[in-house]
Amino acid sequence: MNVLMEEMNRRAVALGVPLGVQLDVTYRCNERCVHCYLDHDDHGEMTTAEIRGVLDQLAAAGVFFLTLSGGEVLMRMDFFPILEYARLLMFCVKIKTNAFMIRESQADRIRDLGVQSVQVSIYSHRPEVHDAITKLPGSLKRSIAGIRLLQARGLKVIIANVLMRQNYSDYAGVKALAQELGVEYTIDPTVTPRMDGDRGIVALGIGGDDLRQVFRNPDLVGNVEEFCAPPSAVNDEALDELPCSASHTFCYISPYGDVFPCVQFPLPTGNVRQQRFLEIWRHSPQMNEVRSIRPRNLPVCSTCSHVGTCTRCPGLAYMEGNMRGPSSQDCEKSFARTGIPSANMILKSASRPNPSLVQIALRSSAVPVS
Amino acid sequence: MSSLYIARSRQVAARELGGEMMIMSARDSTLFSLNDVATVIWQAADGQTPLDEIVERRVCAEFDVEPAEALKDAESLVRELEGHGILMVSETPVVSG
Repeated sequence: MNVLMEEMNRRAVALGVPLGVQLDVTYRCNERCVHCYLDHDDHGEMTTAEIRGVLDQLAAAGVFFLTLSGGEVLMRMDFFPILEYARLLMFCVKIKTNAFMIRESQADRIRDLGVQSVQVSIYSHRPEVHDAITKLPGSLKRSIAGIRLLQARGLKVIIANVLMRQNYSDYAGVKALAQELGVEYTIDPTVTPRMDGDRGIVALGIGGDDLRQVFRNPDLVGNVEEFCAPPSAVNDEALDELPCSASHTFCYISPYGDVFPCVQFPLPTGNVRQQRFLEIWRHSPQMNEVRSIRPRNLPVCSTCSHVGTCTRCPGLAYMEGNMRGPSSQDCEKSFARTGIPSANMILKSASRPNPSLVQIALRSSAVPVS
Repeated sequence: MSSLYIARSRQVAARELGGEMMIMSARDSTLFSLNDVATVIWQAADGQTPLDEIVERRVCAEFDVEPAEALKDAESLVRELEGHGILMVSETPVVSG
């Protein structure tokens, strides 16, 4: 992060300004990705007029970075009027799309409207793998065609590669594809539980040796020695710093107007159909509760050697049952990086019966004592 | 010297934060921060009001500066912002584009 961006963040925190908001304009989607955390029905999306009203409020609240996402944003017939209005209000707009429906005219409009970046999810460079994940035949071919159209117009395009068991071995191929297309590449090894609380899809994610291998690939993480270094001693600064941007400078708004601290943090804080956005942002008890939490307030994590360097997501912790508890997925990442188990892992291990002792006991019990 | 007209580029994002204008260029994602005087000029850049009028009515009215010097600084500023592609400068009125 550059110095000016850091200063902007610091000022936003001090002033209580929501610097960034993700607005999902729809949950409808033309793809049916195996790991998606959303349902794709329309339960009463905000109308164009309602969204314009929300954008007015966000601009007045000081929001600068606006991510328009879904679902698939282009499933909304009024997506371009929404985008046009957002740009009229001078938001720095990032679009998340699968690019399947991007043709020349859509790419032209996105360029002409001064969109800052477009993020496209690509799971593999092989159609049989990518299309099996999206469950939409021909989706890789169409997404790549969309990316080419955007890139040819000078737009900043980022390929986002979620890593799962199903596509884990293809990340080098996706990275090479990004290079060939002249676009940026990011990986995300996190599979988020469904917003309704179902954690079944988390099992699709990679872990253990696969995660360790990703974290030791200099092409993906840069300086491996630095990235995988053991955590330094915990100090007061680490225990008092902001855990992440959720509720501090960022929040998420669903297509139905529900406001949450983050995309991955489905704690309801209010609804813009019933309240003004700033009222929710400033006065929602839930928003303020999230805002009040520092690492030293986390019963397990505050005792963990990783507390200063962990990527702990409070939303994932919330979905595990306690927003002040550990996020096991992040514990696993810290362990894969450094080889040092987290406090949470040690606690869990201590409370679990030792399998080898159980085996001995079972064998013993099979032998007559007398 | 003829008047200059200035208009904000439509290829930028902008928001005031704590009295300073934050501007990001969509062209290369460069982030700029304008001080309070530059912010006043940016906000008045409607493509229709001459720069000397902006300086006289807005800058000199809000800040304790000498008009001729303020105009010279303003011209230098708008040329710099034009170079970064975040402001359009013309000798005739312009439509923001």
